[in-house]
Amino acid sequence: MRQEMTTREAYGQALLELGRINENFVVLEADIAKSTRTELFAKEFPERFFQMGIAEQNEFGVAAGMAMSGKIPFISTYAVFASMRALEQIRTFMAYPNLNVKIAVSHGGLTPGNDGPTHQAIEDMAIMRSIPNMTVVMPSDGIMTKKAVAAALEYNGPVYLRFTRDEIPIIYDNNLEFKLGRAFLHMEGNDVTLITIGDMLSHTLHAARILVEEGISVRVLDMPTLKPLDQEAVLLAAQETGAIVTVEDHTILGGLGSAVAETLVENMPIPLKRVGIKDTFAESGPYHQLLKKYGLSSSHIQAAARQVISMK
Amino acid sequence: MPSTKTELIKKLEKKANQMRVEIIKMIYKAQSGHPGGALSATDIVTALYFHLMNVDTANPTYQDRDRFILSKGHACPVIYAALALKGFYPLAVLDTLRALDSKLQGHPDMNKLPGLDSTSGSLGQGLSVGVGMALVGKMEQKDYHIYVMIGDGESQEGQIWEAAMAANKYKLDNIIAFTDFNRLQVDGFVDEVMPIAPYKEKWESFNWHTQEINGHNLTEIINAVELAREVKDKPHMIIAHTVKGKGVSFMENMAVWHGRAPNAQEYELALQELGGN
Repeated sequence: MRQEMTTREAYGQALLELGRINENFVVLEADIAKSTRTELFAKEFPERFFQMGIAEQNEFGVAAGMAMSGKIPFISTYAVFASMRALEQIRTFMAYPNLNVKIAVSHGGLTPGNDGPTHQAIEDMAIMRSIPNMTVVMPSDGIMTKKAVAAALEYNGPVYLRFTRDEIPIIYDNNLEFKLGRAFLHMEGNDVTLITIGDMLSHTLHAARILVEEGISVRVLDMPTLKPLDQEAVLLAAQETGAIVTVEDHTILGGLGSAVAETLVENMPIPLKRVGIKDTFAESGPYHQLLKKYGLSSSHIQAAARQVISMK
Repeated sequence: MPSTKTELIKKLEKKANQMRVEIIKMIYKAQSGHPGGALSATDIVTALYFHLMNVDTANPTYQDRDRFILSKGHACPVIYAALALKGFYPLAVLDTLRALDSKLQGHPDMNKLPGLDSTSGSLGQGLSVGVGMALVGKMEQKDYHIYVMIGDGESQEGQIWEAAMAANKYKLDNIIAFTDFNRLQVDGFVDEVMPIAPYKEKWESFNWHTQEINGHNLTEIINAVELAREVKDKPHMIIAHTVKGKGVSFMENMAVWHGRAPNAQEYELALQELGGN
């Protein structure tokens, strides 16, 4: 059986491990420490943990003030609340002054399945990507999460880190050398490239294996950093495979599909299909069933690949 | 330092007048900006920068300094004038308000202007930033103070009250906040647009140590801050009753001067009144 874990759990563990070697960061929480897993850090470092209650706008403003005074804040809540309730606080008081803050949020995409659309962040990456100075990341498994959190701490500037509520398979091993802004090649091929982000990696790899069995030569790129996008990897894939499918647990408007489309259209127009949520709200239900109903399953990815190849 | 308090007050009153002259000049030159709320806040900002606050023009970001956040960021000509007169940059910089390539953005940009402790401009957010700075001060056992100025109209923003709760939770007695209570906002009187009364009781019920003063009386301003520094374990709110447009008779108590620049005739008249020709 494959090992699985939620990336929010990996985030909680990362904070704990990094907290022991770096004394300069603090963690702010909005009453969901048990869920975002910041409680692991809170227990060991109570003097560096700030419980701000159900008041996200103030939580982000306080974090900005702490960053202005030299601390590195990790600010946790759910992705919907960070990206929409506290959006202007992030935009004007963090990104505009280019503060060294880490917005680390759980419940990305459809992973909070049965909580329903109020808690499913399907627009957050598009919102965050449009803000100047912002780096936007969704790691693809627990191991990458730990490395991404460490890389964000190392980097000087605002970073949006998006995690899953539900368990997703462990795909990477500890030898992974994570770098912000870099894509990771999983399969080499030349008929089509599947570019994926975050929790969609395992579904994309599943689809790729089936396509390979059909005799299609498939390249798979994992693109955990949405911004800055690894344009070099996208354009190399465009040149060498001539067709691209993007796969994201997010609306198809403004996220990975849009970022790749912008890069292709301006540099090397080739056929592209976007797998993602089709400009609609989802509903309550188990995460894997939602992926099937809203067009994000392995079979949807396979269909998009076959279609995009036919457009070459 | 002046030898007596009377001399100090006289010196500060002169400085406040100089501040008002610079505020009118820069807004006239820019033909854009917010004179009303800058003039109502002038005496408080003068007392802070020319008597109460510990800052260093040679080292604007040194860690142990006092900090000031102008949460009502549109009133920035008042802080731009204060920082220039204090010596953070030449007075000539004030001629560039709101121009291309200027350090003086329409609302404060901390990365462009030395001496500015926080970016601001979108209302309701500066008090939270002050809470963050004050928490770091407590963590590091520093004895600096965080001064924050909000507007009475700005108090309609919900985030102000989120920040008020947080400051109480952490007993941030190193925050000394002012409300520039000038009774006016863009669309008219605060009482009519969206009443915030009872105001003092609100802060008291959030467990803040709250005082009410005349915000144009430098002695009252200084006494209130000195008292605030003595009262421990509670954040401090000083409700300063002020006049929007204070010092220029035809701007006083007129909502229209919230965000309007004087024309040539009005400019001359204003300078005459302030004796700044």
